Amino acid sequence: MVDIDHLEFGLETFGDIVANEDGSLQTAAQSIRQIVKEGQLADELGVSVFGVGEHHRPDYSVSSPETVLGALASVTDQIKLAIAVTVLSSDDPVRVYERFATLDALSSGRAQVMLGRGSFTESFPLFGYDLTDYDDLFNEKLALYDLLRREKPVTWSGKFRASLKDQDVYPKTDHGRLETYIGIGGSPESIIRSVKVGYKVIIAIIGGQAMRFKPYIDLYHAAAQQLHRPEYPIAVHSHGFIADDEDEAVEVAFKNIKANFDRIGLTRGWAPMSREQFDGETKVGSFYVGTPEHVAQRIARTIAQLDLGRFDLVYGAGNQTAAQREHMIELYGTQVIPRVKEILAETAVAK
Amino acid sequence: MDIQEIRNVGILGAGKVGIVLAGLALDAGYTVRISGSGSVEKIALTIKTLVPGAIASENADVVANSDIVILAIPLSRYKNIAPALLQGKLVIDAMNYWWETDGIREEVLDPSSTSSEQVQAYFHGATLVKTFNHMGYHNLQEEARSAGDPKRKALFVTGNDHDAVDTVASFVDSMGFDTVVHYRLADGIMTEPGSPLFGASLRRPELKDIIDHFDQTEFGQKIAAQTR
Repeated sequence: MVDIDHLEFGLETFGDIVANEDGSLQTAAQSIRQIVKEGQLADELGVSVFGVGEHHRPDYSVSSPETVLGALASVTDQIKLAIAVTVLSSDDPVRVYERFATLDALSSGRAQVMLGRGSFTESFPLFGYDLTDYDDLFNEKLALYDLLRREKPVTWSGKFRASLKDQDVYPKTDHGRLETYIGIGGSPESIIRSVKVGYKVIIAIIGGQAMRFKPYIDLYHAAAQQLHRPEYPIAVHSHGFIADDEDEAVEVAFKNIKANFDRIGLTRGWAPMSREQFDGETKVGSFYVGTPEHVAQRIARTIAQLDLGRFDLVYGAGNQTAAQREHMIELYGTQVIPRVKEILAETAVAK
Repeated sequence: MDIQEIRNVGILGAGKVGIVLAGLALDAGYTVRISGSGSVEKIALTIKTLVPGAIASENADVVANSDIVILAIPLSRYKNIAPALLQGKLVIDAMNYWWETDGIREEVLDPSSTSSEQVQAYFHGATLVKTFNHMGYHNLQEEARSAGDPKRKALFVTGNDHDAVDTVASFVDSMGFDTVVHYRLADGIMTEPGSPLFGASLRRPELKDIIDHFDQTEFGQKIAAQTR
């Protein structure tokens, strides 16, 4: 049963380049400053979490999300600050801990770690790692991160990093433990791995019907019970766009989300998105696009079907204008979130 | 082998694709055995929860008790399976080269031929047919439909052995998809990453149209230039 009072709603951006009203593109630096403005807006509107992705590509502005969140830490009050996601396999767990502990200090305990691979892979060659070692890298670094997260001296050795002996890592946090999620794309192996380490799980649902993840969420709970590990409500993240007018929302989203997916598809080898595919995604799939009412209905349905504890909407895909992005955030905060809770409460009463 | 003789389906690989295919095969009424890279214990809960009814097992048992075997592992790992294990078997290659799991192509594949030709050469005693490789796994899961449904999607099926290809085409049909059939394993390249067909979920006429005019696609021209 969905716990409506404790439901969390997040916004995430991958740091797409922002467009000017005349269609020209802003610089990466301008786009980064826009994100800070949007994070502030989300905070003012009471959104629970603001996530920024880490990418190392020309079409995204943010490669160092902690820095962006550091700026946000000092101009926001209540919102949790997350990286969606930290590519742990090509990072150093000690550095990850240090950066987040610092962000946690700046934000008075609002830092949130999400570890994963993300949808991209360019960080592997960039930082000198071999993608075929992906699983070994992730497992090893997760084990080290988990030790560091306890904030006690660490003794550790592995294949991919220098050993540590009785090593303390600083700064310690005020709360003694960084809130940590594992971001997964739905492979059963990564679900079991998340259960074993005992972290919360956020699932990226970027295509198809959300219900197809139900068995995977069942697997998470079954594994937690069998292995006697902690069990948390599941979080998901999906793409979306909200506007006052349904047709406008659909057209803006089609142009931008399609452009975004197609450009990625070019380098990853998948075919361009057809209108039929897009329409399928917005009607019954994983793009939450339309008026606030339409989007709220669809989010509420997903939360209820999958019994979620948190829903993050990924915004800003493609090259949207600052006005489109900000208005969407406003609609999400002022209309969609309260409406989702209302719908869920109504359904609960009806039952 | 005739399609009527296929009762037991074996799947090597308990990842996303393997599990989706296991679900489709169960729905189609087959007995399904599936193995991961390690022990049964490692995948037992996953299989029980995600595809109840499928039998979690190990490679040797899966192969020995199956009339048809599906390779659904990362391409970079196929050599972890001994070639002799698939001796005499009808094998479906659902694999592709995929940078994100396989790493640098040259380290996994000889650039002079296609992935399925190399998999066939490695499992030289098996009869290989390539299919289930070009449609996204969630499309496979959501879009299996009965024969005759106007929305039914199609899969490309190709291999060198005429009878094996026909049997696999019937098998694909029983799993919920129409087929476009070729009798040349090397044509598998038409549905590899980079092709307009990769990740596409199309009805038979659309799939056939692109396959028939493959040499006119940008990808087809690139492939043609490389093999010239």
